[in-house]
Amino acid sequence: MADEKQTDGEFGADLHRREFFVKLGLGSLGIAAAGTVAFGYQFLSPNVLYEASPIINAGKPESYPLDSVTLDVNSGIYIIHSKEGFFSLSAVCTHLGCLTAWKPDLGIIACPCHGSKFKQDGEKIEGPAPRPLPWKRVWLSDDGDLMVDRSTDIRPMEFVRV
Amino acid sequence: MASSPNYFDQLRKSRVWRSIFRSGTGASTVHRALAIQQNVFLNLFSTKVRRRMLSFSATWYLGTLTFGTFLILVATGVLLMLYYHPSVPQAYADTKDLQFVVSSGLFLRNLHRWSAHAMVFLVFAHMFKVFYRGAYRAPREFNWVIGIILLLVTLLLSYTGYLLPWDQLAYWAITVGSNIASAVPLMGNKIHFLLLGGNAVNANALLRFYVLHCMILPLAAIFFIAVHFWRIRKDGGLYAHQSEPATLRAQAAAAKEAR
Repeated sequence: MADEKQTDGEFGADLHRREFFVKLGLGSLGIAAAGTVAFGYQFLSPNVLYEASPIINAGKPESYPLDSVTLDVNSGIYIIHSKEGFFSLSAVCTHLGCLTAWKPDLGIIACPCHGSKFKQDGEKIEGPAPRPLPWKRVWLSDDGDLMVDRSTDIRPMEFVRV
Repeated sequence: MASSPNYFDQLRKSRVWRSIFRSGTGASTVHRALAIQQNVFLNLFSTKVRRRMLSFSATWYLGTLTFGTFLILVATGVLLMLYYHPSVPQAYADTKDLQFVVSSGLFLRNLHRWSAHAMVFLVFAHMFKVFYRGAYRAPREFNWVIGIILLLVTLLLSYTGYLLPWDQLAYWAITVGSNIASAVPLMGNKIHFLLLGGNAVNANALLRFYVLHCMILPLAAIFFIAVHFWRIRKDGGLYAHQSEPATLRAQAAAAKEAR
């Protein structure tokens, strides 16, 4: 038993039948566990999502008067018609995702949750929000409708002129 | 074995292991008995069993196999619940999504379905085995009753699960099945109304069957399975014909007479 000499360094040289089967069993369990993790991860990741399209049809540009900020509550974006042209901002606060609101009397965008404030072009004025509100890609469709892609951020100050 | 470190023994001697399993690591009879007795789950079972009780011929392992299918059904059922909405517009579409869109969804759905069939079969096989061996007799009459309850719970689980795919087969099967319930004298129509949550199989019925299938009946099954296992211990272990005291006494008497 204990005084039996072990041949160190040579793995397998002194491998008993029971140890072999213990290792085989543990190895099989390890492989099965890894397989279960992979299986579970694949199953839990949905292959099809029934979520709203990121692309929004915001309607005719004429419906947005000059110097207006229009919040689309359902899609969480602002359509802004400024002197330089049209652009779209995300209305989702960069702090923790609350929906911001346009304050026409103050001329700012404000978040009701934690008091972040943004300028009309999305630039941060104050508050816990770490980043300005991102600009979203805007273009005109063949029918002349304003289109917004909520999934694509663009650099600020890229206006669409109609 | 002493020539190499035993991983299990090292693990079992670790402080974490000892904080969870307090019965100790020895291989003595006492330690082995304590390991069963001091475990909240294993406590349901006997600390000692006769070898004969564990032989294949005694039970054909039918009860254990039934429990195995139940565990498979719980595991696969919980996973299926992650993609299934029990609502009229979505139930059928979700079922089809599970078959054709979700990774391994078809495998899990089929495993759930086949295990359900297997469980019904095994429950009946277990019951026949117990019946023909006479294992239902005293002192095990009450465990037989628990077994009948478990049979009914199994059949109800099967029946309620039948509606959930929300296809034609499901709809008409439950329509027919719930009309059978209305054949109960005097309160049949009331039972039918309460079971479906309305006069026809519709949104309320789907939700009720979902709650029954995923919550109420599985909890009932777990509860009665626990009692069923515990009663095995309380009734003197599994029925192993040769080791029953009455049988042994009869054998001893016969041997004495032969002498």
